[in-house]
Amino acid sequence: MLKTIIPFGPQHPVLLEPLHLKLTVEDEIITDAFPALGFIHRGLEMLVNTHDFHQMIQVVERVCGICSMMHAMCYCQGLEDMMGIAVPPRAKFLRIIWSELHRLHSHLLWLGLFADSFGFESLFMQFWKIREKVLDLNEATSGNRIIVAVNAIGGVRGDLSVEQLNWILAELTWVEKEIARLESTLLSDYSVKKRTVGRGVLTTEKAFELGAVGPTARGSGLAQDMRMLGYSGIDRLDFEPVVETDGDCYARSKVRFRELHQSIDLIRQAIAKIPAGEIRTRVRGRPEGEICARIEQPRGELFYYLKANRTKNLERMRIRTPTFANIPALLSMLPGMWLSDVPVVVLSIDPCISCTER
Amino acid sequence: MQQDVITVSSDRLVGEVARIRVEGFRFVTMTCVALEDEIFHIHYHFDRDFMLKHLRLATSMGSSVPSISPVYVAAFLVENEIQDLFGIRFKSLVIDYDRTLYLDGGVMVTPFCKYSVNGPDRDTPVARPTVPGT
Repeated sequence: MLKTIIPFGPQHPVLLEPLHLKLTVEDEIITDAFPALGFIHRGLEMLVNTHDFHQMIQVVERVCGICSMMHAMCYCQGLEDMMGIAVPPRAKFLRIIWSELHRLHSHLLWLGLFADSFGFESLFMQFWKIREKVLDLNEATSGNRIIVAVNAIGGVRGDLSVEQLNWILAELTWVEKEIARLESTLLSDYSVKKRTVGRGVLTTEKAFELGAVGPTARGSGLAQDMRMLGYSGIDRLDFEPVVETDGDCYARSKVRFRELHQSIDLIRQAIAKIPAGEIRTRVRGRPEGEICARIEQPRGELFYYLKANRTKNLERMRIRTPTFANIPALLSMLPGMWLSDVPVVVLSIDPCISCTER
Repeated sequence: MQQDVITVSSDRLVGEVARIRVEGFRFVTMTCVALEDEIFHIHYHFDRDFMLKHLRLATSMGSSVPSISPVYVAAFLVENEIQDLFGIRFKSLVIDYDRTLYLDGGVMVTPFCKYSVNGPDRDTPVARPTVPGT
């Protein structure tokens, strides 16, 4: 059989965002994959030239809708470390609560889309029904469903009352119950396993060699989670990364499903331990120096490089998003797969092209 | 930077990166910073046990830099990105988009620098046109 090159994307029913893969196939087996990016590259990093370092928070929040809070958190943490700003403990715990709510809604979004990728429409709707409850929490606590805009350099913009914290706990009980109800469907259903087990295998060695991050790496047995750095007071909570060893699409979905419970647990711990006090430290002066900041986004390690020269504008801001890091790993998962498996395998890294085309 | 930075020269870069790989570091990413006088700093970031290690390479406009993608294949994407945005050329890139990862083939200047190597013969530095009002 002659080799044929088939385009996958940039417009594809499974992909909401424009990722393009040139797939070389023999019969219907993938032999090679070649990515093409740049359809919506926005050059947001260059806005440091025209926006001061406070205004840039609004820019980085819009790098990605799904994990906007994490981008702002990473950016602020970097500048706080550079400027030697002591963030109040209460603000750190509030950041944990909002960031884990973000991870919850991102993973629920992904689990729904993943189910949709192999045609399980009702499972898709069930996961998104739960996600709505998390978005309600975001809206009630910050005013926005997705771009919560709670971060500021030196802390957070708003506090949560005792009533709000108790309400979050009550709602999470419902969320946890609903997630548990779907567990057997996602992890034991014949058709789900048929489409995911043994598909898109990434070995531990390959995951490390190709720089995979997040659930993609953890699904391949790498215990690599930036929350182990203990940023924002996570070191005061009980935390162990979720790791699976099979390295296939099923293992990656298991990691994300188990991380739903982990996020709920972290929110509960943060609410139980949140101290009283200030939520924001006043920022004086301008940043100077260079620094790397990292946090764990829903899709993996988020990396910010910041360089400042004591002016109101940063000299350089570089963002390395998790999807950008996972593309080489994706390319190694595809050869040997059936053409019909490509949407499932691509979705299994939870690609965010908005992040990648920052 | 908070973390240690090791300055390397162009001829020692690949050997140093290979040594870092043998020591068990994961490739995180690279960052290119444009300085004054057409000088660029390229930072190479690696991680082991959640500790970062950085290499810094100084290069000038028009000169090419050895690619580390033969050592860490994951570096090919970010090296192509730097080629597109800063006009720096990487030698021995395992997958070379020839400056079309983000840019169209006919683009003459690069977004992050004043000069580009993407001239008509793709080797001649071309001055960035002055934009009115800047």
